[in-house]
Amino acid sequence: MKATQRVWVRTMVGTAAAAAMGTAWAQETLKIGLLATLEGPFAAPGQDSMRGADLALKHHNGMAGGKKIEFVKVSSDATPDKAVNATRKAVEQDKVQIMIGPLSGDEGIAVKNYAKTQPNITFINGSSGAQATTLSDPAPNFYRFNTEGAQWMVGLGEHALAKGYKKTFLIAEDYGFPYSQVQGFMASYCAKGGKVVDKAWVPLGTKDYASVIAKIPKDVDALVVVLGGSDAVNFLTQYEQTGGNKPMVGGSITVDQTVLNYKGKRRESLLGTASAGPMADSIDTPEWKKFVADYKASFKDGFPSPSLFAYLYYINTKAALDGLDAVKGDLSNGQKAYREALQKTNFKGPAGEVKIDSNRNGVGATYITEVAKAADGSYYNKVVKTVPGISQTLGLPEAEFKKMGLGSRDVPDCRK
Amino acid sequence: MNTSAGAGARPLRVVGTVPTPSAGAPTRLRSALRSIGVRHIVVLLAVLLYPVVATPFFTYQIGAQALALGLIALSLTLLGGYGGMVSLAQMTVAGIAGYMVAIFGSSSVATISLGWPWWLAVVLAIGIATVVATLIGWLSVRTEGIYTIMITLAIGVAFFYLAQQNYALFNGFQGFNKVVAPTVGEIDFREPVPFYGLTLACSLAGYGLVQYLVRAPFGVALQGIRDNPRRMNALGYHVTAHRVAAYALAGLLAAVGGVLMVWYNGRISPGSANTGAMINILIIAVLGGMKRPLGAFIGAIVFVLLQNFAIDLVDRERFNLVIGGVFLAIVLFSPDGLLGLWAKLRSRLQQSRHSNQRRRQ
Amino acid sequence: MTRKQWLPWLLLGGPIAVFTVWALADNSRLYLVTLLNGLTLASLYFIVASGFTLVFGLMRNVNLAHGSLYLFGAYVGWMVGEHTGSWVLAVLAGFGSAALVGLLLQLLVFRHMPGEDLRQTLVTIGLAIVLADLMLWIWGAEIYTFDPPPWIYGSTELPVVEKFPTYRLVVLLGAIVIGCGLWGFLNRTRVGMMIRAGVDDRGMLAAAGVNVQLVFAVTFAIGAGMAGLAGVVGGTALSVSPGEDTRYLLASLVVVIVGGMGSVVGAAIGALLIGLAEQFGQAYAPTYSVVFTFVIMVLALAFKPRGIMGKPA
Repeated sequence: MKATQRVWVRTMVGTAAAAAMGTAWAQETLKIGLLATLEGPFAAPGQDSMRGADLALKHHNGMAGGKKIEFVKVSSDATPDKAVNATRKAVEQDKVQIMIGPLSGDEGIAVKNYAKTQPNITFINGSSGAQATTLSDPAPNFYRFNTEGAQWMVGLGEHALAKGYKKTFLIAEDYGFPYSQVQGFMASYCAKGGKVVDKAWVPLGTKDYASVIAKIPKDVDALVVVLGGSDAVNFLTQYEQTGGNKPMVGGSITVDQTVLNYKGKRRESLLGTASAGPMADSIDTPEWKKFVADYKASFKDGFPSPSLFAYLYYINTKAALDGLDAVKGDLSNGQKAYREALQKTNFKGPAGEVKIDSNRNGVGATYITEVAKAADGSYYNKVVKTVPGISQTLGLPEAEFKKMGLGSRDVPDCRK
Repeated sequence: MNTSAGAGARPLRVVGTVPTPSAGAPTRLRSALRSIGVRHIVVLLAVLLYPVVATPFFTYQIGAQALALGLIALSLTLLGGYGGMVSLAQMTVAGIAGYMVAIFGSSSVATISLGWPWWLAVVLAIGIATVVATLIGWLSVRTEGIYTIMITLAIGVAFFYLAQQNYALFNGFQGFNKVVAPTVGEIDFREPVPFYGLTLACSLAGYGLVQYLVRAPFGVALQGIRDNPRRMNALGYHVTAHRVAAYALAGLLAAVGGVLMVWYNGRISPGSANTGAMINILIIAVLGGMKRPLGAFIGAIVFVLLQNFAIDLVDRERFNLVIGGVFLAIVLFSPDGLLGLWAKLRSRLQQSRHSNQRRRQ
Repeated sequence: MTRKQWLPWLLLGGPIAVFTVWALADNSRLYLVTLLNGLTLASLYFIVASGFTLVFGLMRNVNLAHGSLYLFGAYVGWMVGEHTGSWVLAVLAGFGSAALVGLLLQLLVFRHMPGEDLRQTLVTIGLAIVLADLMLWIWGAEIYTFDPPPWIYGSTELPVVEKFPTYRLVVLLGAIVIGCGLWGFLNRTRVGMMIRAGVDDRGMLAAAGVNVQLVFAVTFAIGAGMAGLAGVVGGTALSVSPGEDTRYLLASLVVVIVGGMGSVVGAAIGALLIGLAEQFGQAYAPTYSVVFTFVIMVLALAFKPRGIMGKPA
């Protein structure tokens, strides 16, 4: 009983102290909210995204616009409800002026809706990559400096056709981000004559792919697999166990660092899998190499190479901090000057140019990669092609893109 | 949660010091009014004046959320504390009510939402959710005691997976966005203070209803059934009907809480009623104490405060450890929750006061 | 059999028979693969649920930390497997570590709350939350896969089905062996007799002079150990990551609700029904697969509130 009482009293005292401390610090530093998923299925990417943001702040020496920057880190568990609650706490309770995040696609849509209720705060994306966040009902104070899920797959369609994959079968998770990814892939794949004979949408978190694998038709050339995290690992392992030997084309998080680094024996069948994304482990530019070296030096507990999420949070945070520098920390007048500076952002990030279009969505390059084995036996993604300057219309004329609509379970469709 | 004297036989316990249930409703009402003391007035004033002193964030995210969650937890206290049936499906009922508001009212998914006026959607939502709660109750009361937790957990999870995998009605993983509180005349219930007022009104109504019920013949019979169903059956009470009715009433409370929650979040998705959310309601009810209706709200306030501020005290990733640890500590050391702790403290203080007086004499 | 007895069999069996004929004609490979997958999943569910049902049957303790024991056994088994390079040792370590934790829980926690069923269950919920977070802290959120010996891994050629993962066949055989072993233990040994007697009537068992606490401790250890064993076995088939604990807990719950509390045979029947329903649902009606499981549960509760093989409390 004593123990419970002590816990209770300490909790109350601690809460009061924290609240007091929170108000005291507001005058001396500029608070920026940072939201990532630190609980639940995306906890590992969430931790890496925090590393990316911390690295951006480190490159700025902890200052921006002449003020000391303090990150107010809040966490969600990849559910939009929790993301909005965490954002609301950071904005209304901790009084951050700028909010960076969230991590996953559906959270992004929810946070964008919340952003509309807070016109005086600037919201910058973390890594969420759903098209709808900026394409349908956008918020004027929500900025996304990274490209989104559909843009990340542009060019992969042609690459697949070049490898001879004329007929493919799709396996993907049933939510917003894969819808965008599939549209990005199929927009050019279908237009240039490829066929996706059927789509198997599996609920997020499916462990057992036996029934899906059993339904794979015999006469397809390759599988298009847009799964993430443990879903990807499970599918790949089970597919190999079933003796499957069809080549695969992966989505942006299907064969990324978090998947290639799972604890267990590497499977040879992964080698050669094509994929695409806004960055790759092996980009051959000095900017990227410096980024990787800085990441490795700063974070001894990180991955062997920065993941997609670390990179995305890095460029969004850097854009936020650079904007502050450009207006010398002036966030007055509804942050008007700051937002104009953000709109003019144009710097050379580790993986190419970073700028945004009139809809405040990123325009950038996509890297087509294939999984290869490094000298030390670890797996990485080798860049085979770079496609620059992709916008949200996915390389199609705007009218045609509008006619296609946003990616969903049935859009686009090219079975025959 | 008393230690049992034998294999299930427990003496009948009647709550409080109030006139016998056979006394008419006016007598009960008069005695209830008489039992309102100073401390009740103080608390009522405090919650009424809270938005005046608190920031909008505290009013909305702490105050209103705690009251809405407390209402759902109150339904569990009614079922578990007074009925002896701990049901983990209360959040599911709340979730169903929320989904119905989204489906019948307006939301971001124009292909599914019917766009009917908000009051119609709310009435339908509460009605449907209560019917579902009754069905859940009918399924669960055929078994005894500890089975209820398992069965209601399984039912709740089944609904979660159904909502996640079905696109025709529930829109799957993404759920419905932009399910917002209405604007009635001049008052926009999306604003913190009006919304807080709404949740406060609903919570007070729920609290009053439960307090009335447990002193009415129905409630006393329910507690009798909790303590010794065989004896009650022998006395002529229809045990199953009482239990199912309890589920229906609890479902009504949870449904109202569910409507409030969907308006609070502005959205609903399967994640709003997943395993974690279902267990959170249990944690809230146990934390406050399942013996009295106030416990549900106390638990909710503590829970919401911890949820928002634990991140400032402990490593942000270890929130679940904190909540789980607190819950474990309460169950191990003070099974009647925080209110039980408070009662023990008071009786200790009174005892020491009496013994001091005796010593001085 | 009287009319009342064969009517439910006809009502249930009829549509199933019709479906089977159609599915075989339509795509026999898919049907047989799904059948085998369903049996494998059922095996896994059986191993996990048998521990759960033993603990409940004897001690009336709904151990909602059962899933956490599954995950704990999987992680410890993985570490042992990495260090020693032997998958068999990993399996044994999974069993042993979970059994140890179960034993400690019984001796340190549950022993002091006799008869308080609800309170024990609440404690297990709290333990489940705390254990899940501790495991996340220690082992992180990454995905862990096991490395079984090459003769288990890979695929076997079967008629009609063609290539089927060998490992799943091993799991199926293993579950049958374990099931028989468990049945033998319960029905042919003294300790098993005591456990069965205790499931029927705890009071009489104590009155007969048996050290009931010892029997409880042994049962909890075995029940927990089964969860840990399933952790390594299941983890080899389907990788290990946070969230597995909830998944297998829920599966155990449904299996035991359908099959009956305290009965190992009931766990087997329940596992078969649920495993097959899940796989066939996923293969033939993916958006409604969970409804099948749910309908089975509802039907079982409606006609047999204590489960198919359950005994009155």
